[in-house]
Amino acid sequence: MTNHWVDLKNADVVLVMGANPAENHPVSMKWIQRAREQRGAKLIVVDPRFTRTAAKADLYAPMRSGTDIAFLGGMINFILGNDMYFREYIVNYTNAPFLVNPDFKTCTDLDGLFSGYDPKTRKYDKKTWAFQLDASGVPKQDRTLKDPHCVFQLLKRQYSRYTPEKVSEITGTPKDVLLQVYRLYASTGVRDKAGTECYAMGWTQHTIGTQNIRAMTIIQMLLGNIGMAGGGVNALRGESNVQGSTDHGLLFNTLPGYLATPTASWTDLATYNDKNTPKTKETKSVNWWSNKPKYMASYLKAIYGDKATKDNDFGYQWLPKLDEGQNGSWLVLFDQMFKGKFEGFFAWGQNPACSGSNAGKVRKALSKLKWMVNVNLFDNETGSFWRGPGMNPKDIQTEVFMLPACFSVEKEGSITNSGRLAQWRYKAIEPVGQSKSDSDIMNELFFRVRKMYQKQGGAFPDPIVNLTWDYGEKGAEGKVKEVDTHKIAMEINGYHLEDLYDKKAVPPKLIARKGDLCASFVNLQDDGTTTCGNWLYSQSYTQKDGKPVNMMARREKADPTGLGLFPGWAWAWPVNRKIIYNRCAVDSQGRPWDPARPVLKWNPSKINPATNKPGTWEGDVPDGPAPPLAAEGGKLPFIMKPDGVGSIFGPGLADGPFPEHYEPLECPIQENPMSKQYNSPTIKLWYSKEGQKVAPEDIFASCDVRYPFVATTYRVSEHWQTGVLTRHEPWQLEMVPQVFLELSKELAVEKGIKSGDKVRVSSARGELWAKAIVTGRLKPFKIAGNTVHQVGLPWHFGWQWPADGSGGDSANLLTPTIGDSNTMIPETKAFMVNVEKL
Amino acid sequence: MDVSRRDFLKLSGSTAVAGAIGAGLSPQEAAASEKELRIRDAKVTKTICPYCSVGCGILAYTKDGRLIDAEGDPDHPISEGTLCSKGASLYQVVNNPTRLTRPMYRAAGATDWKEVEWAWALDEIAKKIKDVRDRTFKSKSKTKVKEKTPDGKEQEVEKEFVVNRTDAIAHVGSAALDNEECYLLQKLLRSWGLVYIEHQARI
Repeated sequence: MTNHWVDLKNADVVLVMGANPAENHPVSMKWIQRAREQRGAKLIVVDPRFTRTAAKADLYAPMRSGTDIAFLGGMINFILGNDMYFREYIVNYTNAPFLVNPDFKTCTDLDGLFSGYDPKTRKYDKKTWAFQLDASGVPKQDRTLKDPHCVFQLLKRQYSRYTPEKVSEITGTPKDVLLQVYRLYASTGVRDKAGTECYAMGWTQHTIGTQNIRAMTIIQMLLGNIGMAGGGVNALRGESNVQGSTDHGLLFNTLPGYLATPTASWTDLATYNDKNTPKTKETKSVNWWSNKPKYMASYLKAIYGDKATKDNDFGYQWLPKLDEGQNGSWLVLFDQMFKGKFEGFFAWGQNPACSGSNAGKVRKALSKLKWMVNVNLFDNETGSFWRGPGMNPKDIQTEVFMLPACFSVEKEGSITNSGRLAQWRYKAIEPVGQSKSDSDIMNELFFRVRKMYQKQGGAFPDPIVNLTWDYGEKGAEGKVKEVDTHKIAMEINGYHLEDLYDKKAVPPKLIARKGDLCASFVNLQDDGTTTCGNWLYSQSYTQKDGKPVNMMARREKADPTGLGLFPGWAWAWPVNRKIIYNRCAVDSQGRPWDPARPVLKWNPSKINPATNKPGTWEGDVPDGPAPPLAAEGGKLPFIMKPDGVGSIFGPGLADGPFPEHYEPLECPIQENPMSKQYNSPTIKLWYSKEGQKVAPEDIFASCDVRYPFVATTYRVSEHWQTGVLTRHEPWQLEMVPQVFLELSKELAVEKGIKSGDKVRVSSARGELWAKAIVTGRLKPFKIAGNTVHQVGLPWHFGWQWPADGSGGDSANLLTPTIGDSNTMIPETKAFMVNVEKL
Repeated sequence: MDVSRRDFLKLSGSTAVAGAIGAGLSPQEAAASEKELRIRDAKVTKTICPYCSVGCGILAYTKDGRLIDAEGDPDHPISEGTLCSKGASLYQVVNNPTRLTRPMYRAAGATDWKEVEWAWALDEIAKKIKDVRDRTFKSKSKTKVKEKTPDGKEQEVEKEFVVNRTDAIAHVGSAALDNEECYLLQKLLRSWGLVYIEHQARI
């Protein structure tokens, strides 16, 4: 979230699209309801289904799965056409005035493609997507927004095709409802109104997922809603710590703090820094990522300690490196496994046999392994895959180790919620049975592997024998007896290894002593004199008067601004900032756009304790301490962007600098009504080696009479993810005992299905049974003149539990092997199925 | 745990609450009083809900080392004492007869699990990690890179680089671990040379 949960109360209009908080983040609805009750805020829900959130909405718009960009592109067109954008905001704080290469062409010019597309490689040459630069190397601008090559005019051109009629033809949303949504949401494009957006996997799990979010980001910038209390673009994350696990680099492409995983050609630390550290000629840009070398050096010092020296590039060579272009993301990983490329596999607190798209392929892939380690609280479909449906255990040579992990209340540590708030959890009881905390399991494995390398040697022992592991009292053989998670939290925060002086002061002023916990990432160094496991979390475990302070465990409830920031409750990254991009909440003089909702305010006369000069920010922790834009030394608000401004034009993405509507891989219509380009031109297609034939396990069927219904997966309040925990909870299981298929009354009549009937749901890849639920929550769509039915089903179930099979199986047996062009997140929210009564 | 919710309501209706009504309390007061009796003298531990990402506060009540109740934390600024059905049933994960309480092992071709000792399982896994890593370790790898030629053009050339990794072990998970564990896990996996590291954020 750019903002945070309580901040929803500050909104004037809440758009929920791609999410269903009443169901999946139930307690958060309290804050949406509070905005409605106390501010008279309006709630808009756009969803294929009339969800539990829609039941509370002031305005509900139905929309076919996978057509969000058409819907939002129409809103961009509406805002521009009716002059409802916030001009001062976009001229000062976004790249709307920037001039793009005159050879750049939009999808309006090239019928669904941007300039530079190569159909052979399925990639864009982005040469024409670059900005025109002036003599000093800064992008040229037309602040009147009239130049035909400026971003603003290109945006207009790109979305001129997204008329209400065209959008309605694609989305199935009635035109009058579309216009009501557009008008209501665009009403927030004024100084004293804020609109917020909540999304979740309903937006990410598409071949155009990243661009769904980009489209909304563009809208939020046009309306001046980024940085505002009650504004922002807010990802409602699905797991208690999926924010933290992402922050800490449990992905193939990122190290902690979103530092890139090294690739082969970045042969040393200097090259790594050179290739990854953005540069800018814009003097008003903070370009915070210019500090990246400090974060990388401090990370290496954290993991390799004294063994990391200047002479050995701080151990940079000990990190594993990817080949150029090597992709290790989920779908590729399981494809490699399916092809027998892995011997060993860890499924650690995850159940891919049910959660992975195209789960049938995942289950077959597991059988190709020599061994698997499954760490969980309960047995599950992954650990027991070898005895699952269609498997003959005697033929499966995979050894499986199932290790019992303890539960959250049986250990101590922090988790980070969607609002980037890291909160500490204490241990209530000892681990149940012989179960162990995950960190203790890691400790045991670390110690055993290291001991073997120390005694026997082996392939490149350096990264193993040089790894720091000082997490508590050590036993006879040097093994940590029990991991003290506070010590890990301190390693993440970072330490000073030498005294640090402010050399600009006369005489030089001592900032920190050797051995001190870092006060924040501001003091991190690139010369090996600081350690920090994750720069974003620096300040989470700091010190006061020489004593460590666990900031994540704080429980002060003061709310000085009245905006619900609660600065003394736990700790949010970065540096306890509650609303990121908050410098956009004020004008160039530092005056709040909305004085009634001042996230930040520049007080020009108040003495700033840090500089001892007049001029200080009041309110939230500002996005950098510099004065407002128009003041002397003032800086642009988007401190993580080299240009310093928000990207309405985003040349960094693979599939285009503006979002464009493409049909899902599997869709019900033969042509994309928007352009000649049917699917996203840059998605990775899963062809077999022989040539153009799709491998049987990855088959798809678009606009195919055998699979005539649009389907989506979703969740219910009573279960969580694949249900490994909740299927074992008697109360949850009693409330929602098995997988169901939700269908409209109209389709039910057509198929002779009644609520409670058992039905078979099938796709090109697999099938499962489900109990039918006939509701008025789904209605047939009119798409390009035809009636299109949509169905939906939850993915919480699996064959392994309940043991009698009464729960059914995973909805992901149906979903396809296809991912987003940028993130490779699978498209599980729009695919095609058939439904038959059993 | 073999008591269903309806049975539980029946049971509580016929015993504790009925007894309290006998003492002159309304059903609501009786229910509150029954709860007070249950958590009297219990130790309270503050925790955060392990399910979705709202981060609601939970008070975990324990007595004699057992979790006996979990309630919304009224002081918590986000949840203000409320919980959904999952958070409110937290104790059913702890007090659950189907929890894994010992390491289990399934041999190649076996038709069933067998219980094993921790030390054996960990030794075996560690040996396998080392064996696969040693056999499959790539110190160097040939990879195609773009290079500038003297005339300023770009061309693709194949070069050999140091990579220090194994492509034969993969990992997925977990967004349910604590931050400290996530950090430790990526540190550990990368020390073994893994690059196929993924988790819930991708799906």
